[in-house]
Amino acid sequence: MKHITIGEIVRGDREVFPPYLYEAYQSTRRRAPAFPLIEVPLTLSELTGPGPAISAVTPEDADLTRNAGTGGEAIGQRIIVTGRVLDDLGNPAPNTLLEIWQANAAGRYLHKRDQWPGPLDPNFLGMGRCLTNADGVYRFLTIRPGAYPWKNHPNAWRPAHIHFSVFGLSMLSRLVTQMYFPDDPLHQLDPIMNSLPAEAARKRLIAAYDHTVTEPEWALGYRWDIVVRGPYATPFEPEDAGGARQ
Amino acid sequence: MSTFPLTGSQTVGPFFAPALLREDARRNVLTRPETVGERIRIEGRVLDGDGVPVPDAMVEIWQANAHGRYNHPADQGSAPLDPSFLGFGRAGTAEDGSYWFETVKPGSVAFDEERLQAPHICVTVFSRGLLNHLVTRLYFEDEPANALDPVLQCIPNDRRATLLAGRAPSINRGATNGAMVVYRFDIVLQGADETAFFNV
Repeated sequence: MKHITIGEIVRGDREVFPPYLYEAYQSTRRRAPAFPLIEVPLTLSELTGPGPAISAVTPEDADLTRNAGTGGEAIGQRIIVTGRVLDDLGNPAPNTLLEIWQANAAGRYLHKRDQWPGPLDPNFLGMGRCLTNADGVYRFLTIRPGAYPWKNHPNAWRPAHIHFSVFGLSMLSRLVTQMYFPDDPLHQLDPIMNSLPAEAARKRLIAAYDHTVTEPEWALGYRWDIVVRGPYATPFEPEDAGGARQ
Repeated sequence: MSTFPLTGSQTVGPFFAPALLREDARRNVLTRPETVGERIRIEGRVLDGDGVPVPDAMVEIWQANAHGRYNHPADQGSAPLDPSFLGFGRAGTAEDGSYWFETVKPGSVAFDEERLQAPHICVTVFSRGLLNHLVTRLYFEDEPANALDPVLQCIPNDRRATLLAGRAPSINRGATNGAMVVYRFDIVLQGADETAFFNV
């Protein structure tokens, strides 16, 4: 760990990370930075992060079908969503916090700004969280979310998705993204999903139906792995620092 | 280098608050009574390219403790850990785009074996319309060490001030608690006054 303090890294490749300005997604127009991002040397500040220290969850948090605490069960197709959080060298990210949120089965969020006439479900909050285990595995029980309309363009509908927030081991591994479901005709119409330039990168946001995850007489299973940037840094000698910034 | 292709980023969207800013998930106050260090309050607004407040943003911060030690296994420095300080904060913006934290002023952290970094706080911004989160740093305008900070020196001169939190009038917290220094740190997503964001 001697040389972790100096280095240079670029924010992944642009096939994986969408541009900030993506005209088809209207909200980017006044919020995307206009200046190019600035190259800075990597320091201990970026190679550390809160991931290993955050642990405030309970087992009930991972069951979105019941965590509204009403005693009733959410309405919808019960599903299990599971997978691993890995870094890009394939190392599991253990004991790291995942937070998820989603619309209910009718496509309605429990949020004051979501007022379209889809019904609310009193037994569904649409939020959950869990820690990965020692192998980087997470598991949620929830219901399949519905698609919902938004005002980005005429007759705009978001494909069914679950939002994920992931910490991982360092500031470099922080990720907020969305998981989609297979075989959804709305994928090709969705500017948010299509902000990822590479088809392969878009496909990696789609969970796979996995019959080995499906539990008989209970719930359908989906598998989705999440790969975040690792905590490593390319070692540089201190005198290389200036040259590494291009 | 990557053998496992990365998962792409997607916007946090407009509906994250009930999950990410629920009572036990937001962390405006990073300190406990026993936390070591000078208490500071950070206040600011998140503004878009028209100067309009962003009411649906989330700001996360990560910082070293008052001794200059991160609560993380990668920090093998000799400065002591503070068991009552995690160093992570998370706040939502209000209708007027404002956010706030109460924390301690971080100590200096090593840059390399010879140089220190000026005290700073890592700042991450999420909102609807941001397909990737934004990363920047907060420095303290009244800190002499800024002049030699290796990261701050990478920021073009005419944009460096966007990373300097300005000292505002202190808050008097009564005879026992003393005054708390307030720093103002606005985050401008776009435009002439745009905050300098990092490619990290």
